[in-house]
Amino acid sequence: MWLPKHDPLKNVLYIDLTLKKYWVEDRSDLFEEFMGGTGVAIKLLEEEVPKNVDPLGPENVIIFAVGPFNGIYPAVSKTVAMFKSPHTGNLGESHAGGRSSIAIRLAGYGAIVIKGVSDVPVWVSVRGKTVKFNDARALWGMRSSFTVGRIIRENEPNPGFRTIMRIGRAGEKLITYAGVITETYRHFGRLGLGAVFGSKKLKAFVVSGRGSLPILNKREYRRIYKELYDTIVKSPAMKKYHDLGTPVNVLRLNEIKALPTRNLKSSQFENAKLLSGENLAEGYLARRMACSHCPVACIHLAALREPYVDEPYFYKTTFVSYDYEPIFALGTMLGAKSVEGFLKLLDRIETYGLDAMSTGVVLAWATEAYEKGIIGEKELLGIKPKWGDHEEYLKMVENLVNQPNDFYKALGRGVSYASKIYGGEDFALSFGGNEMPGYHTGPAAPYSFMVGARHSHLDSAGYSLDEKTIGKELSAEEIVEKLLKEERWRQVLTSLVICLFARGVYKPEVVVEAFKPLGVEATVDDLFELGKRIHLEKYRFKIREGFNLDEYKFPKRIFETPTPHGYLSEEKLMKMKEMFKEIIYKELSLAEK
Amino acid sequence: MLCVFACARRFGESGVAKAAIRVSSVGGVETGYRIQVCRACSDPPCASVCPTNALIRRRGGGVMLRPSFCIGCGNCADACPIGAVQWDVELNKPIICTHCGYCVDYCPHGVLELIDIKEKGDMHVAAKA
Repeated sequence: MWLPKHDPLKNVLYIDLTLKKYWVEDRSDLFEEFMGGTGVAIKLLEEEVPKNVDPLGPENVIIFAVGPFNGIYPAVSKTVAMFKSPHTGNLGESHAGGRSSIAIRLAGYGAIVIKGVSDVPVWVSVRGKTVKFNDARALWGMRSSFTVGRIIRENEPNPGFRTIMRIGRAGEKLITYAGVITETYRHFGRLGLGAVFGSKKLKAFVVSGRGSLPILNKREYRRIYKELYDTIVKSPAMKKYHDLGTPVNVLRLNEIKALPTRNLKSSQFENAKLLSGENLAEGYLARRMACSHCPVACIHLAALREPYVDEPYFYKTTFVSYDYEPIFALGTMLGAKSVEGFLKLLDRIETYGLDAMSTGVVLAWATEAYEKGIIGEKELLGIKPKWGDHEEYLKMVENLVNQPNDFYKALGRGVSYASKIYGGEDFALSFGGNEMPGYHTGPAAPYSFMVGARHSHLDSAGYSLDEKTIGKELSAEEIVEKLLKEERWRQVLTSLVICLFARGVYKPEVVVEAFKPLGVEATVDDLFELGKRIHLEKYRFKIREGFNLDEYKFPKRIFETPTPHGYLSEEKLMKMKEMFKEIIYKELSLAEK
Repeated sequence: MLCVFACARRFGESGVAKAAIRVSSVGGVETGYRIQVCRACSDPPCASVCPTNALIRRRGGGVMLRPSFCIGCGNCADACPIGAVQWDVELNKPIICTHCGYCVDYCPHGVLELIDIKEKGDMHVAAKA
């Protein structure tokens, strides 16, 4: 019921890296039933990935999916990636913007499935209907992901209409939280898609598309488009992303004591002003950019001006894309003392293609473990991590990627893994195997990181519920119910695939209206029903792959540091987790019948 | 790219295949963007090289396409040094900006403007220099 008439969205491109061949299948069945994006991707993943396969083996697949609103409406600029995660060993889902969704959509596809493993490093380019396998041996091992991007750019046609996804050395080295960089400043950051690329010897994936999309009712389409555009451009909610960008959160969270600092030993940071969106905009903001087909321009680039060591009046200026989450992970969590230090560290992480969030939490854990004497110079190979000392952190990042000993190899698999070997689990800030995002706002946040299908703050925005309810205490039932509803609605948004920053604009009734000019008639209830179904499909996959909520504990640290809701109750969080589990198992067994 | 989509939408579809305006980076997104759009030359080189007079001069600058005369040779696109003549691969004909100004309404950052050429009573779109 969801596939617009005559829409090329139904085409799924399959690429086999082992056989170096490709084909297209009409998958109207999937797009009719599951819309696109997250909904279609989870079904494709279930079809393509046999049970219990090694996430870094040839049987894992990479799925990119877009939805019916991509390329049609403004601020609908995201692509969903799905894969089995080498980081958690379970469902991997990561979203990115840039030009990815527009390129895939206008190349004439709704989804792309990449299978198998190449014998030599390749970069694959999809140019509309043809797929080219290019030799990437000369790019493999190259130090900087920026350089890789530049070389590919010069070797590929269709500037302005292409997405260039690539991995850095971290992905080649199979660091389980290596990300995929697209358009230099956007990322499929979380859960290790970069390592899956690396395991397949896929250095880069380029898609260019210049096609057109049919519209059934042109006049209505133009009218609704204009309404949406005006709402987005004038909306105060979007203005926040436009002006200071996500770093507007730094001072706000610091003020309410919700800003994770020094591995969450504190929820307030004395240098918050230094790393604030305000200070960065004032002193470092060089340019802002937008994803394709989005009026917001939330991408903020800072200019990092560094003098040459031995030459006066010689400078190198680098542009570093900053957002709230990297500021939290590499700034407040590491007790940063200077903006330059933070930017340098972030730039280095981009050079190697690591996930900034997981890397920051990993470095913070290691700093505390060293402080407590759990690990020593033998493990760290002479490096002495200290809060705010970014030079030491820069050296640690080199070791993280080069993996000179067992300790760094373990660090390359995240805090959950490393703390199981070396100890320090109480302050290993990971939820469901994924390192925490930057919110210590109250009970809803850690609960949502734990039960969210991709262990992301964006699954159900528990932090937002916490922030809205400061001064009130919601019951366990209320939190569970509200966040489940939110996560399910978000499955619809990420099946369309709308940028979640525009969630306030694309309300259920608006989505129903916007479908009409495309010839799709549906109700708000249909949307909610679909959201629930997709969420259950994701959990079905997780459970099939062995996910068991009982095996995951909340790290002790979150109960030791106060939140805006006071000290968290472990009992309440455990109760919420139990309630969630009960609901899911019950609904899944009902669905089976 | 909102201007590109606006151009396509003006003609009843979405996508970029039929858009007369385009946006791309100048050597990568690190270094910024450029807009390629017809600047309505008063003496347009594209019209000069058209062997069939399919492109005729427009009052106030720029050209208009008479599709039935066009043989799809591509001389016009080659002759435009700013790359403002886009190509419709399905029809094998150039895409010529009509200077309707629809794209201007969808540029949220004020990069484009519609200029009124008063003395000639005509309009054309321009990227602000």
